[in-house]
Amino acid sequence: MTREEVRAELAAALEPALTAEASAWLADARKRIAGDADAAAVLLPAAGRRCGRDPRPLSVGDAASGGLPWTVEDAARVLMLLELPCTGDALAARLDDLYWHGDANERRAVLRSLDALGAEVGDAALPLLNDALRTNDTRLVAAALGRYGAERLPAHNWRQAVLKCVFVGVPLSVVAGLDDRADGELTRMMTDYARERTAAGRDVPADVARFLEVR
Amino acid sequence: MRIFDPHIHMTSRTTDDYERMYEAGVRALVEPAFWLGQPRTSVGSFVDYFDGLVGWEPFRAAQFGIRHHCTMALNPKEANDPRCRPVLELLPRYLEKDGVVAVGEVGYDSMTPEEDEVFAQQLALALEHDLPVLVHTPHRDKAEGTRRSLDVVRESGLPPERVVLDHLNEVTVKMVAESGCWMGFSIYPDTKMDEDRMVAILREYGTERMLVNSAADWGRSDPLKTRRTGDAMLAAGFTEDDVDRVLWRNPVEFYGQSGRLTLDAPLDPGTLFEGNSVLRGTPA
Repeated sequence: MTREEVRAELAAALEPALTAEASAWLADARKRIAGDADAAAVLLPAAGRRCGRDPRPLSVGDAASGGLPWTVEDAARVLMLLELPCTGDALAARLDDLYWHGDANERRAVLRSLDALGAEVGDAALPLLNDALRTNDTRLVAAALGRYGAERLPAHNWRQAVLKCVFVGVPLSVVAGLDDRADGELTRMMTDYARERTAAGRDVPADVARFLEVR
Repeated sequence: MRIFDPHIHMTSRTTDDYERMYEAGVRALVEPAFWLGQPRTSVGSFVDYFDGLVGWEPFRAAQFGIRHHCTMALNPKEANDPRCRPVLELLPRYLEKDGVVAVGEVGYDSMTPEEDEVFAQQLALALEHDLPVLVHTPHRDKAEGTRRSLDVVRESGLPPERVVLDHLNEVTVKMVAESGCWMGFSIYPDTKMDEDRMVAILREYGTERMLVNSAADWGRSDPLKTRRTGDAMLAAGFTEDDVDRVLWRNPVEFYGQSGRLTLDAPLDPGTLFEGNSVLRGTPA
């Protein structure tokens, strides 16, 4: 999916969830970022307090939908990122800057933007995914496993990330492309994990049981 | 009793503390950026610390039903190390973050010329970013340090109602009350203030512009001192409404001036994912 497709879908899904004031603020913020990428450094952090933090999921079209539900805050920030007036290496450098200077919610938005921007930045954003996957913050781990991660993470890193979801409580339903990419090695890792839980007298998480059932 | 602890260093506390705080009534808090006991020697250490204050720590707090906010600054102690000075250049980006509700802790430690400069520069940042300020008053030579802090605040052009002077006691409360600034008190097991002395101060000066905190950190301290103070107030004849004002409405009013407080109950981060709880998993 392209930047334009995702942008149109997110904007349509978000609009009914915004107050008139929030909608005007977001429109202006998008325009300013489209005109000057530097504006994102100040506008991106403000999206939560300006657009609202309703956690209920928005209903989006096919291009923007992955496993992870869209909240107002995430959608607003990603819409802003999709306005960045650069591509290729310049875009990758910009996303890098916004990620490393971002709070957890901004980092999450940068990760989520990659599903639409991945074709433009190539593998250059993989270090951001690896950073997110090193944390134990479920908001970041989940956001790193969108389509960009499914397409570009090396097999070993991707399998470790999926297993980590089970450990920290991120449901496997948010992992993009799970059925396509799951292989014999991941099945072995899940089987061993289930065995370890059973040996310790603990429950096997329902997600793991479901994963193994269909394999 | 609902409690907002306006000054507590949760980075240094355990999850047991979060559980006990929730049980005692704590639902929101502010964690000011300060030093960590071991002096830092590079800007990178500050970046990781600040990132934790707007990243991992609010995530941890939310798992226990507590809203976490923070203040950001180069603290006076480390302002004296030239290797840490470039932290001032990082602050403008952090001061725009959602969870950052004030500039702080700024002020004096040893009252050096370096501290003077860094204090004044950060008050200017507060004006620029439209944020209130948390001023730490020094432990040594406290009365003189408090007087000088009030002078610097006056010269900065910040309205007094946007500034709190913290760690006050019987000797320093009067000059701050007269200045129009907010008055902060840290209730400690054996230094600073205790809950009964706090009650005596509230009797004399009233409950307006008063903030009571535990300032709990890595030293001997107690994150439940806010609750103990509330109990001591009730035992001394204050009403539940007085307690609510001091322990909840006052900090909400002061930090609310940032326009960035979030006070509804946090969602367990696991509920982002259809009711699965993050707490059930084993740490990876």
